[in-house]
Amino acid sequence: MARITVTVDGMRFTHEVEPRTLLVHYLRETVGRTGTVVGCDSSNCGACTVLVDGESIKSCSVLAVQADGAEIETVEGLAAGDGTLHPVQQAFHEHHGLQCGYCTPGMLMRSVCLVRENPEPTEDEVREGLKGNMCRCTGYQGIVSAVMAYSQAARDEEVGR
Amino acid sequence: MSTAPDAPSAQDERTPEIGRARLRREDERALTGRTRWTDDMTLPGMLHLSVLRSPVAHASITELDTTEAARAPGVVGVWTGEDLPEQGAMPTAWTVSDDMRTPPYFPLSVGSVKHVGDIVAVVAATSKEAADDALELIDVDYDELPVVVDPMVAKQEGSPLVHPDLGTNVCATWGLDSVTLGTGGDAAAAIREAESDPDQVVVRRTLRQNRVTPAYIEPRSIVVDPTAEQVTMWSATQVPHIVRILMAMTQPIEEHELRVVAPDVGGGFGGKLQFTREEALVLLIARRLRLPCKYTESRSESMQSSHHARDQVQELTLAARRDGTITALDVDLTADMGAYLGILTAGIPLLGGFMFNGIYRIPAYSFHCTDVFTNKTMTDAYRGAGKPEATFGIERMMDELAVELDLDPIEVRRRNWIRPEEFPYATVAGLTYDSGNYDRATDKALAMFGYDELRAEQRRRREAQDPVQLGIGVCTFVELSGLAPSRVLGGLNYGSGGWEHSTIRMLPTGKVEVVAGTTSHGQGHATAFSQIVSDELGIPFEDIVLISGDTASAHKGMDTYGSRSLVVGGMAIVGAARKVVEKARPIAAHMLEASTDDLEFVGGKFSVKGTTSGVTIQEIMLSTWLAHDLPDGLEPNLDADYTFDPENFSYPTGTHLAAVEVDTQTGRVTVRDYVCVQDVGVLVNPMIVDGQVHGGLTQGIAQALYEEIQYSDEGQLTSGTLADYLVPAAPDVLRYRTDTTVTEATTNVLGVKAVGETGATAAPPAIVNGVLDALRPLGVTDITMPCTPSKVWTAIDDARRANKGQVTA
Repeated sequence: MARITVTVDGMRFTHEVEPRTLLVHYLRETVGRTGTVVGCDSSNCGACTVLVDGESIKSCSVLAVQADGAEIETVEGLAAGDGTLHPVQQAFHEHHGLQCGYCTPGMLMRSVCLVRENPEPTEDEVREGLKGNMCRCTGYQGIVSAVMAYSQAARDEEVGR
Repeated sequence: MSTAPDAPSAQDERTPEIGRARLRREDERALTGRTRWTDDMTLPGMLHLSVLRSPVAHASITELDTTEAARAPGVVGVWTGEDLPEQGAMPTAWTVSDDMRTPPYFPLSVGSVKHVGDIVAVVAATSKEAADDALELIDVDYDELPVVVDPMVAKQEGSPLVHPDLGTNVCATWGLDSVTLGTGGDAAAAIREAESDPDQVVVRRTLRQNRVTPAYIEPRSIVVDPTAEQVTMWSATQVPHIVRILMAMTQPIEEHELRVVAPDVGGGFGGKLQFTREEALVLLIARRLRLPCKYTESRSESMQSSHHARDQVQELTLAARRDGTITALDVDLTADMGAYLGILTAGIPLLGGFMFNGIYRIPAYSFHCTDVFTNKTMTDAYRGAGKPEATFGIERMMDELAVELDLDPIEVRRRNWIRPEEFPYATVAGLTYDSGNYDRATDKALAMFGYDELRAEQRRRREAQDPVQLGIGVCTFVELSGLAPSRVLGGLNYGSGGWEHSTIRMLPTGKVEVVAGTTSHGQGHATAFSQIVSDELGIPFEDIVLISGDTASAHKGMDTYGSRSLVVGGMAIVGAARKVVEKARPIAAHMLEASTDDLEFVGGKFSVKGTTSGVTIQEIMLSTWLAHDLPDGLEPNLDADYTFDPENFSYPTGTHLAAVEVDTQTGRVTVRDYVCVQDVGVLVNPMIVDGQVHGGLTQGIAQALYEEIQYSDEGQLTSGTLADYLVPAAPDVLRYRTDTTVTEATTNVLGVKAVGETGATAAPPAIVNGVLDALRPLGVTDITMPCTPSKVWTAIDDARRANKGQVTA
C-alpha cells in the first residue's frame, strides 16, 4: 500500500492505496466521487477525463500514486457552490450537448482544458480537440456547438473583466 | 377550438408546449455528475462478481477445476454450470416459424462453448480485483471443435455444426409472398417474364450487411440486493419490465418477489434490450449467498458478449420496365444469428421482410429468409432492427436500376413512389402506410443540397480526371417504428403485446406525477412527456415530474425500443391525461353549480361556456383531496390509468443526400456535406428531434465507413476493443444540415411519428450510393461496408487492372 494526498475539487484527501489502483477507481471508490465514469479499458472513450494540475487526462491511464500531491478537478467541482452552472455546463445545456449523459463528465472536463489551451478555436479545432472523447448519442453536433459557445462566453468574460 | 368572442378568459393564452424546443430538464444532473449509474452503487456487504469467458470459439469442456480459485484471497465462491442446477434456460421471445430451432442457452454454459466470450464460470469475491485475479486460477481444458463463422458456409450441408444435436445450422426459414398475402402478383413469374422481355430489365445483386454492435458508452452493470422482501435488481437496461417477467418465467424467482430498476442508463440503441445471462447470474448468486452482488462488464467483455447486429447476406432481384417502373422484387436473405438466440434475434430479419419494398409501388414481391447459427456472438436489435438492412437493400437496388437504365437516381425513385393521394396505402408486404408526401421532403432536400450544382461539379471533376472524385448519394426511405399493435405482433408469433401504459397521479398541491412504462436512456422523456401533459392538462411544465424505469413505481410497461416511447407510450400518457380531465369534469360542474354539458376545459380551467368564471384543474385536485364536498358517489381521486394499443405502426419518411469525396489515390472517403429532410409528423420538441437525428446519422455513417465486428476464420474476435472497432469521434463526422416537413400521422391523436431510428436507417445506403457514384466511371460496381480506405483503394485498383486487361486483350 502507498500513502497519497490529493486535492479533489478543493478538498484534501489522504489515503492508503494499492499501487495498482487507477486514478479513476481511486476517485470513484475511495474518494466516493462517482461523477467521473469508466467507459472502456483501452483509454479510447474519454469518459473518465479529469483535470490533474490543470491538464485534462484520462484518469484510467494513470495510477492513483502518480497523482500524489496533485490538484484534481472533476465534473462534481465545476458548478459554483450555490449550484450555478459553470459556463461550459450551461453551454452544453443550451446546445443539447448531451443525451444519455454518460460521456458528459469527460466531455466537459476536456472542453475546459481545450478552451484554456485555445481560447478562440475554429469548429475544426474543436472537433480535433475532442477526438479522444467518444459520444454515441449526439453525433457531436450539439457538443461542438456547445464548446464553440463556451469559448465565446469565456472570451466575453475575459473582456468584461 | 371555438370560443365565444365575449369570453376571452376561456381562450388558451398559454404558449403550447408541443412544438417548443424546450431545454431538457434531464440535463442538470448529468452536467453536474449527480447521475446514478448502476456501477455507482455500493451496498453494505456487497460482493463483486467476475465471469470467466471462453477464449475459443467452439469446444467441449473436458475439465473445469475451480478448486484453486475458490481458495484465493477474498473469494467467497466459484460456480460452473454444473454447480448451478437451478439455473433456467435463457429465453427467446420471438419464434418466427413452427420449426424454429432454439438451442440450449444457460447463464453458465454446460459442457461446451459456442463462441469467444461464452461464459464458463463465475466468481464472487470481496473486491472486483480479487474476483478478476481468481479467474486466472480456474483450470479449463478445451477440446476444440470445428468452427464456422460465415453464414453462407454455415447453411451448406456438411459444414461444421454449431449445435450438433440440432443436426443443422439452420435456425429457421421464413417467407412472405404477395400472392399468399393477396397484395400483388407472382414475383418469380414476373422476373422470368422480364428476363425475356426486351422492354424490361432485371438487376441482380448480392449485398452484405456488416456485423456491427450498438456500442453504448456505459458498460452494462447489475446490482442485486436480495435482503429486502422484494429482491431488488438495478440494471443498466432499456427493458426493466421485460427483464422482470422473463426472469420470473425462466429463473427460480416469482414475479412478485422481484423489483427491477433501470436507474440512469448510458445509451442503449437496442444494445440494452436484452435479458442477459449476467443479470440472471447476479440474481442467482446473490440469492445463494443472501448478500448484495454486483457485476460490471469491461469494454472488452462488452465487445465479446453483448449482442451484435446486422450481419446479413442479401440476394436481391429487381425487375423493371425500361421507363423505370418496377415490376417485381425478390429477396433471398441469409441472416447470421450467432451461436444463440436472444430476445428478438430471429425476428430482426423478419421485420426487414416487411420493409424491403420501401416507399415504392411494387406489384409483386417475394421474401425468403434463412436464419443461420454460427460460432459468433448472437445478433439482436440495433437502432432500426431489420429496417436499416432492408432500406439498404432496396436503396442500393434503386441506384443499380438507375445505372442500368441511365436515369437520375432521384428520377427513378420518383417514378415509383407512392403518391400523396394514395394514402392510406396498402403495401405489397401487407402493411398500411398511414400518410406521407415524398415529393415535399425530397424537393426541400434537393434545394438545400444544391443538387444540380453538385452534379455539375461532379462532371467537371470526372472530365478533369481529378484524383479526388465527387459522389452524390441518395436515400429516400420509410421506417416501420413504434413496435406496437398487439394483434399484429401476435400474428407474427412475437412473444408479447405491444401496448404501453401510463398513470397520471394528481397530487393535492396541484403538481403531477406522470408514470410511464417506457424508460429513457438519453431520449429526453422527462422533458417531452411533461410538455405533452402540460398541454393536455393546462398545467405548467414545471409542475410535472416523470416517474419511470422502476417496476415498483412504474408498474406496467413494455419499455423502450423500436422508437415506441412517443408514438406508443406518449399516447398512453395522452389517454391517461384525458381520463383525468373527464374525472374532474363532474367535480367542476358541482363546484361551479353548472351542468357538465355547459362546461368547457381550456388552458387548464373548466368554465361555463360564455362566462369568465371557472375553476382550474389544480384547484379541483385540492378539493378532491379534501373531499369535504364532492358530488354523491364520486371517488375522491383524479388519478387515471391508460393502456394504449395502437392500431398501426408509425411510418416516418425522408430524403437523405450525401456529397462524398473519394480520394482515388488513397481510398479515403470524406463526407463533404450531408442533408436530410425528414417527415416525422408533428414535432413535440424540435431540439430533441434534431439530437436524435444527429445521433442516428452518425451511427449510420459509421456503419457505412468505419464500424465492423470482425472474426478470424477460427472465430477469434479481432475487433475486441474500441481501439480496433472504430466508433467515430468528433473529427470523423461533419455538421449535418437537417430539416423537416410535417405530414401528420393519422393513427394517433397528436399526429406524431417516430424519429430515433431514421438516421441509422437512411445513412448507410446514402453514403455507399455516394461512394459508388464517385467511382463508377473507374469501373467500380460494388464495395461492401464499411468503405474503409484499404477496401476502397483495392476496389479502384481491381477495377483499373480489369479495365487494363480488357484493353490489352
